[in-house]
Amino acid sequence: MASTNGEAVLRIDDLRISFGTYAGEVQAVRGATFDLRRGETLAIVGESGSGKSVAARSIMGLNPVSNTIVKGGEIVFEGEDLLKLSEKRMLDIRGQKIAMVFQDPMTSLDPTMRVGRQIMESLKQHLGMSGRRAAERAAELLKMVGIPNAEERLKQYPHQFSGGMRQRVVIAIALACDPQVLIADEPTTALDVTIQAQILELLRELQERLGMSIVLITHDLGVVASTAHRIAVMYGGKIIETGTVREIFYNPRMPYTWGLLASIPLPTADRSQDLIPIPGTPPDATDPPKGCPFAARCPYAMRICEEEMPGYTTFSDEHRAACWLHHQMAPNVEPPARIGGKK
Amino acid sequence: METRDRQLTPELFQPAGLGSQDAEKIAGPSIGFWGDAWRRLRKNRVALVSAALILVLIALAVLGPYLTPYTSDGQDLSRQFRGPSLSGFWFGTDNFGRSMFDRVWEGTRVSLYIAFLATALDLGIGMFYGAISAYNGGRIDNIMQRVVEVLVGIPNLVLIILLMLIFDPGILSITIAIAFTGWTSTARLIRGQVLRLKEQEFFLASRALGAGSPRLILKHLIPNVLYIVIITLMFTVPSAIFFEAFLSFIGLGIQVPDASLGALINEGAREMRFYPHLLVFPAIVLCLLTISFRLLGDGLRDALDPRMRK
Amino acid sequence: MLRYTLKRLVNAFVILFIIASVSWLLMQFLPGSPFNDDKLTDEAKAQLEAKYGLDDPLLVQYARYMGNLARGDLGNSYAYNGTPVVDIVLGKRLAVSAFLGAQALIVGTLIGILLGAIAAMRHNSFWDKFSATLSVLGVSVPSFVLAPLLQYWLAFKAGIFPIALFESWWHSVLPSAVLAIAVGAVVATYTRAEMLEVFGQDYVTLAKAKGLSRVAVVTRHVLRNSMIPLVTILVPLAAALLTGTLVVETVFSIPGIGEQFVRSIFVNDYSVIMGTTLLFAVFFVASYLIQDILYGIIDPRIRLAGTRE
Repeated sequence: MASTNGEAVLRIDDLRISFGTYAGEVQAVRGATFDLRRGETLAIVGESGSGKSVAARSIMGLNPVSNTIVKGGEIVFEGEDLLKLSEKRMLDIRGQKIAMVFQDPMTSLDPTMRVGRQIMESLKQHLGMSGRRAAERAAELLKMVGIPNAEERLKQYPHQFSGGMRQRVVIAIALACDPQVLIADEPTTALDVTIQAQILELLRELQERLGMSIVLITHDLGVVASTAHRIAVMYGGKIIETGTVREIFYNPRMPYTWGLLASIPLPTADRSQDLIPIPGTPPDATDPPKGCPFAARCPYAMRICEEEMPGYTTFSDEHRAACWLHHQMAPNVEPPARIGGKK
Repeated sequence: METRDRQLTPELFQPAGLGSQDAEKIAGPSIGFWGDAWRRLRKNRVALVSAALILVLIALAVLGPYLTPYTSDGQDLSRQFRGPSLSGFWFGTDNFGRSMFDRVWEGTRVSLYIAFLATALDLGIGMFYGAISAYNGGRIDNIMQRVVEVLVGIPNLVLIILLMLIFDPGILSITIAIAFTGWTSTARLIRGQVLRLKEQEFFLASRALGAGSPRLILKHLIPNVLYIVIITLMFTVPSAIFFEAFLSFIGLGIQVPDASLGALINEGAREMRFYPHLLVFPAIVLCLLTISFRLLGDGLRDALDPRMRK
Repeated sequence: MLRYTLKRLVNAFVILFIIASVSWLLMQFLPGSPFNDDKLTDEAKAQLEAKYGLDDPLLVQYARYMGNLARGDLGNSYAYNGTPVVDIVLGKRLAVSAFLGAQALIVGTLIGILLGAIAAMRHNSFWDKFSATLSVLGVSVPSFVLAPLLQYWLAFKAGIFPIALFESWWHSVLPSAVLAIAVGAVVATYTRAEMLEVFGQDYVTLAKAKGLSRVAVVTRHVLRNSMIPLVTILVPLAAALLTGTLVVETVFSIPGIGEQFVRSIFVNDYSVIMGTTLLFAVFFVASYLIQDILYGIIDPRIRLAGTRE
């Protein structure tokens, strides 16, 4: 895995986002802090409802205008706070400097527009390319994402492509203007396992070739292992642990992370060991707990966990976790055998 | 760890003991389908006002005649064509000197009666047909659907006109004609919903647990179909009211001297130029009824449609 | 595509055949005979019935009826002294009604799309509620209420428009307006609902993610995807136009087939009634057919069937 340059391309600081709904205020993101370095892939891992998609969309300003409330925080890109930029400036950034790939390839493309045209839209919009030049570039992009017969394919409609191919097209669209940051929101969740591997491989290749930084959002730790450099674990609207891939996999520090790792089926695991799913469900976003969001489901929860949110403990340059177990007054707890000390 | 300057006592680090018990508590209060729908509906002021209005109009239709000393067919030519006044006839009188107030509410009664009856028939037949067709599936479903397709191809209006030509226009014949043309769309709707439900996991799970067929239908199918029926009802009623009024207007429905909203509007339209009050009052009642049912239907749809719940 | 069209065409003819047969069948149940004039003696009646072939066995009458139909012979009007129904139904009156209807359809659809689009784009704002209210009103206030009311206010009282008859284009404005309101309301409601649904789709979010301005997103992606399903309301629109025409022509005394129809009901002129009803049936079936064909053209999946990768 290529090492990363330490410089932060994107910095999210204490992001707080809520939605106004008929049931009350839904606090989707409650103070998330993380950054993305140049040339790296940062994986944001969490269950559905953890707020990861909302956080990602906030970077691009794609949350629905009508009921989204930005309650605080900053998203700093190229020296500017994206949350405070005018819509006009955001239009420049979207698709050109920061691009996004969505989860379901079957619905991400306009069914009534030819694929080539959908790719060329951003080329014409941001780079002012002429029709012919744009078509050439679009064909190049299709080749780059591994679609054969690019010139013919340009003229086809989305329904003429399979799921995996469509996702490649979506990636091609995202890469059209050579963005610095690519946000991939569960790009492989809706695909078959074999296709998943292909797409992830494609993303990795493209990153090496083009040097862009990727935010990879997923709930599947298995996906993360092969493609990410660093991981941020998100739960209940907060980032509760961040670290490099090695650190998280081999030395996780937070019970939720242990739970996540323990619930991955391992082909090499001892048959006698059970799969340990994490019991319970995520907290109610309209009435979030005032302490650690994971307390209700945590087997090691202490009284203080329910009362107050723990601060971060730093374990290394990259590795931080927020858990009361790290406080000096807390009992010493070792991670479950299944994941502790694997080498 | 960076913490606030708060006094942390060792006992705070004792196990909480609550851990796994609370874990299974479903986050967010569990109100249930109908409760949640009611909560949503309550917030929709427009829908609530509409519902209230409907109740008021129905009440007036039933009780209206008792509010005045007059009757809807008491003629007295000496007092014909009086305009509406608070001291005399509230809605005025018509060409035979009959109290418009009484006639309008009688007309409303008739129209509502026809509309509800036709809707009941429509929904009854439609639900039955659609549910059976979908539940059985396979060949039975195919055949039943072919029949519906042909029937649907015959335009409603044409069929209604033809039917009304043969039958003597009257409450029953109009009701049957309206129901007969409308049940096909209900059948399709119900069939679609039942098919969708059949695919769903809880249905298969129920079956796997050994629930017998009648129990399945009662406990699972019906509630899920019910909400569609309720919504459809809200739109079928105004449609029936419209059809009846339309038929009466072109002479194929309720005829004078009987009253229905359509017949009254017909008469009123003819005398519009000089006695607008003959048209205005039944027209207002008709429009209020139609609008209220539609708005209530919209509100119910927003409240009951599971896809709208976030 | 061709196969699809042919299938739909055949389907349409079958339906028309069924309708014609059903009509004929129902006609047999019409109360009394057309010759109800008390002045006629029983013999004279019997003679007339023989002349019109009303005493032949049913099957023969049916065959004759269908045969005549195929040749375009709809019988003769009893009220107008034997004028062929075809002339009455397909003549100038049809042109008048068609003109009124077409005018209303075009204007109503345009205004409806505009109102619906504004409402969807300004979701939950004043414009949205305003347009929604107008739509509900337009759909809920039936043509037989709106027509007399507008006639009273704008023609009788204010004198802006002529009260009745069809002597100039200006005479057609008010009646068409009533129809257009009904059409516009349906179109607006539908457009708004469709656009809102499209707005929630992933590909619209993707388009925004490309950095396309709101206008571009709407014109290039939203509109096309919203308008296409507009085809589905073609049929209910046709129904609304038809019922509306009947009403409007009666109220404004316009010499169209609607007025003709209502009058023939009044005088029990059965052959004209049947003839006109058949015409209505053709109108409806044609709109179903057009709708199906449009579906075929617009949906690239059907259009390109056979070129799958």
